[in-house]
Amino acid sequence: MLSNFLTKQTIEMSEQLKVPTMAEFMAEGKQPEILFWVGSAGSYDDRAKKITKAFVKVLNKANVEFAVLGTEESNTGDVAKRAGNEFLFQMQAVMNIEVLNAYEIERIVTCDPHSFNCIKNEYPSLGGNYDVVHHTQFIQELIETGRLTIEGNTYKGKRITFHDPCYLGRANNVYDAPRNVLKKTNATLTEMKRHKGTALCCGAGGAQMFKEPEKGNMDINVLRTQDALETNPEIIATGCPYCNTMMTDGVKFKEKESEISVMDIAELIADA
Amino acid sequence: MEYLPNILFAAILVLGIGYFARNIKKIIRNIKLGQKIDASDNKSQRWKNLAYIALGQSKMVKRPVSGFLHIIVYVGFIIINIEVLEIIIDGLFGTHRIGQEYLPTALYGFLIGAFEILAVLVLVSVTLFWLRRNVIKIKRFLSSEMKGWPKNDGNIILYFEVVLMCLFLVMNATDTSFQSMASGNIISQFIAPWFEGFSAETLHIIERTAWWLHIVGILIFLNYLYFSKHLHILLAFPNVYLGSVEPKGKFNNLEAVTNEVKLMMDPDADPYAAPAETAEEEAPAKFGASDVMDLSQIQLLNAYTCTECGRCTSACPANLTGKKLSPRKIMMDTRDRLEEVGKNIDANKGEFKDDGKQLLGDYITNEELWACTTCNACVEECPVSINPLSIILEMRRYLVMEQSAAPMELNNMMTNIENNGAPWPYNQMDRLNWKDE
Repeated sequence: MLSNFLTKQTIEMSEQLKVPTMAEFMAEGKQPEILFWVGSAGSYDDRAKKITKAFVKVLNKANVEFAVLGTEESNTGDVAKRAGNEFLFQMQAVMNIEVLNAYEIERIVTCDPHSFNCIKNEYPSLGGNYDVVHHTQFIQELIETGRLTIEGNTYKGKRITFHDPCYLGRANNVYDAPRNVLKKTNATLTEMKRHKGTALCCGAGGAQMFKEPEKGNMDINVLRTQDALETNPEIIATGCPYCNTMMTDGVKFKEKESEISVMDIAELIADA
Repeated sequence: MEYLPNILFAAILVLGIGYFARNIKKIIRNIKLGQKIDASDNKSQRWKNLAYIALGQSKMVKRPVSGFLHIIVYVGFIIINIEVLEIIIDGLFGTHRIGQEYLPTALYGFLIGAFEILAVLVLVSVTLFWLRRNVIKIKRFLSSEMKGWPKNDGNIILYFEVVLMCLFLVMNATDTSFQSMASGNIISQFIAPWFEGFSAETLHIIERTAWWLHIVGILIFLNYLYFSKHLHILLAFPNVYLGSVEPKGKFNNLEAVTNEVKLMMDPDADPYAAPAETAEEEAPAKFGASDVMDLSQIQLLNAYTCTECGRCTSACPANLTGKKLSPRKIMMDTRDRLEEVGKNIDANKGEFKDDGKQLLGDYITNEELWACTTCNACVEECPVSINPLSIILEMRRYLVMEQSAAPMELNNMMTNIENNGAPWPYNQMDRLNWKDE
């Protein structure tokens, strides 16, 4: 248990969310079970912050001893790398690795498939070797080991379709964990015609999130939203903050926002 | 004079294979213009990929119709070529159907029978392929990069196969000794009646003509490969073996950058230290790729291997939404430019003379490069493990690190990361504010 004043105050201020930092664990001479890598979107983007909090709620519920880096976390450099700025990527990576290694971090969980892919695959050759899991994998693990149980029937019979994030699916072959977790909610899972390996990108990857698209006849997120709408869903589930934004915008473009909600798996489980 | 046909045959064979070998050497030389890359790791996984993806065609059948038809043509191609062995022996030694003489009748009949059935299946498949390209007009064969030569090329290959298969069947049908054996003429027995009433002399002439055209046709086809998109029938195997065995999301870390970053981060490094003697002679590393020589040898092999099927392009989110980017065009451009560089070297006695052109700009535009979402759909789709995305990334690296030519919004994003560790202009110290909101 963390017992310093700061943490107590924090708990009261944020609806009982316990978000200890690595610095606090260090001060107590303890090591958390897992480091939660919040990521830039999860830290600053209004929509993504809700996902972050939902995941913390899940972690708290399952009594997971986790920590965040807080202000010691910096951008992974993933988006810079994919934009072609290898310098900036490696500068960011080396800085983050220095912090992570100083805290002797062994296991990392993140809600962002881009951070997941980057830390898991691209940090090792720069000196950062960690066991990295995506939050859908971690939630699946919590359920399988009995640490987290889903009792509610919030989503029973609801039609949910899952949009595979490229950097979770194709990039790292994680297709089952998010689906297994969704099945636990007793929802009715439907698949889009393009799913798993053939899933269509939401349009945000490769630094597209931060620029206007090139000239074309349609936006990618609208095409992907059409894929989702064909399954007649009540909820479009995602596992990536950027996909979430793109699909939310797509649903708005199709004027379906009153019928269809776009939710991260962490949010679905937090409310289940 | 008795040996004239044998000598003629040997001469044609040597000429055909020799010219092909010359062009293969050229391909190898061109590929070696690229940067060396180590692919000696994960041998067992590489052999597995070769077995499943290349030999086993496991990715072809992800699209069942074209995949199934392709397997017929592929199996037909490999197995019917056993027959070529007999033709070569016969041609060189002046024998006639040496297999018929030395193999048990049942076995020889079985073999030729299997070839005949495959020949018909190939004919059917090739016809369907032609219809898909020219009548059904499947979208991926109609992209803008498929106009002109690439379109004709695709059809010419199909015509080749039709002619070769027909010659094989006619050759069997007009071979009276083979027909009288009445074993293995499963298909040709139905073709034989077309030639009823022909004199034995005429039949012999037709049979000989078909035989000669068949082997000459095969040699022409072999040499056509180099000029066409069809090199994949050979290069798919090394290409799949050398393809990435890492997770698709893993992009390589540039070593030259790592060295510089390490130096920058090293508190003991002396910025005023005189560079080491060896370092002085080395040319400064170029970051990313602006021309084919900057790409890796595997990426150049990728370009020669591409058969322009367009599965990549038909799965590309940018292309599907009308953007200019087409992963297939990236591969075609890379090969075209590499061929241009190769011809330049041939014309200048083995040395490349600057022609004022490069892959970036003259072939591939910035607009195409910036439209990519790095989603890996093209890499996933390619049945022979080509990676167009890796070329796009190398060229973005050149644009950003050598030319500072990223779109303005991306420059803003990168400045933000540099200044405050996030792609948006928020304070680093506010990173944990979410928990109190």
